[in-house]
Amino acid sequence: MHAALAILRKDLDIEWRTREGVSTVFVLAVMLLVVFAVAHDLPPDEAPALAPPVLWATFVLTGLLGVQRGFLLERENDCLAGLLTAPVDPASIYAGKLAANVVVLGAMQAVVVPLVGLFLHVDMVPALPGLVVVLLLGNVGFSALATLFAAVAVRTRAREVMLPLLLLPLVVPLLIGAVVATRTILADGLGAARDGLTVLAAFDVVFVVAGWLLFTYVVRD
Amino acid sequence: MARLLPAATCGTMLAALWIAFMVVPTEREMGIVQRIFYFHVSAFWAAYLGFFIVAGASARYLWTGSRAADRLAEAAAEIGILFCTVGLIMGSLWAKPIWGVWFTWDPRLTMTVILWSIYTSYIMLRAFGGEDDAVRRWAAVLGLIGVLDIPIIMVSVRLLRGIHPAVITQKEGGSGLVDPWMRIGLAVSSVAILLLAAWLIRLRAQSARLTEEVSVLRQEALARGGAA
Repeated sequence: MHAALAILRKDLDIEWRTREGVSTVFVLAVMLLVVFAVAHDLPPDEAPALAPPVLWATFVLTGLLGVQRGFLLERENDCLAGLLTAPVDPASIYAGKLAANVVVLGAMQAVVVPLVGLFLHVDMVPALPGLVVVLLLGNVGFSALATLFAAVAVRTRAREVMLPLLLLPLVVPLLIGAVVATRTILADGLGAARDGLTVLAAFDVVFVVAGWLLFTYVVRD
Repeated sequence: MARLLPAATCGTMLAALWIAFMVVPTEREMGIVQRIFYFHVSAFWAAYLGFFIVAGASARYLWTGSRAADRLAEAAAEIGILFCTVGLIMGSLWAKPIWGVWFTWDPRLTMTVILWSIYTSYIMLRAFGGEDDAVRRWAAVLGLIGVLDIPIIMVSVRLLRGIHPAVITQKEGGSGLVDPWMRIGLAVSSVAILLLAAWLIRLRAQSARLTEEVSVLRQEALARGGAA
């Protein structure tokens, strides 16, 4: 627990000093939003229907890069090897990395969501409490698998394509749950979105536990 | 037991072909194309067999480090993908005349395509990773994560129904199988295809073992300074 918090603080410190990860991810997210909005080219009254899928597609695509970056940093100067030789349980490394990813992606969501509302004419303020729940559940589930497989992907030969290749098929159920839940929350409020939120919660529990247990096999040499 | 696999596969396969094409009556509404159903459904059972073997063998590899378990996982993933692909193609051949489209995002099809992608990425990881124990462990982790994803995919794709307009609500097999020979045909062709899958997985695992042996021999030869 102590070690996990130390890793979380270290990652956030690095991020805070350079602000490279967050800023590139922000800019990329804005550009993806623009691309989606322009590519769909919907009349203003139909645009809100596009908000949930665009929001989550943007999240997944930018999240891939955000998480990958955290592990590429560890690769430089063999930092990961240093972390692993430290008397720290690999599960704690996983927990710390996961927490750092959730914080960085959460910051990205805080910018992306209002922009989605702005670009696609959705009033998000009334649905805010529900949205926070679905955004957090989606973020944790995505980060759980992304943290596990980023550690794999950065060590393979084709590392830039490997993470999306491994991660995208696995997160499809999360994407479906998140889009359905977001759509329902925007239309009918939090109470109506039970099915989608249940899928997200199940995904989170299963893969946080699985990642926590399996991370040691991924990083062991 | 294993030596009987080829003979048993050929025997049941011939029986399955004979029942599906000669014995079973032609389905009244769908016509002759319905006969693909016996092999289409069986192919997916073989695919699932492969995917669950991947998970079991992956767990065993992580637990014991058994190389045989790792080879079995690799073989089962490839054969699972093979039958999943064949099943999808057969399904399209059936869907075009019956549904009017080659493919539709109905829950079962969506699920199949996601599974196909997951195990394709498993094969890609093994192909791009290289030949060491780290890659074997990564693949085993992915094999386990993949099977954990299956129930969540099943539940999540059901959410899609009812929200999107359902173009097709008719389910294959739901209305059919009225004739007892249809059920016998499905049973026999399932046994035939599962035996075929088991045989292929065995052959593929054997070939993986030979590949490993050759690579060990080559390294030894290189180490001795001889030409490989």
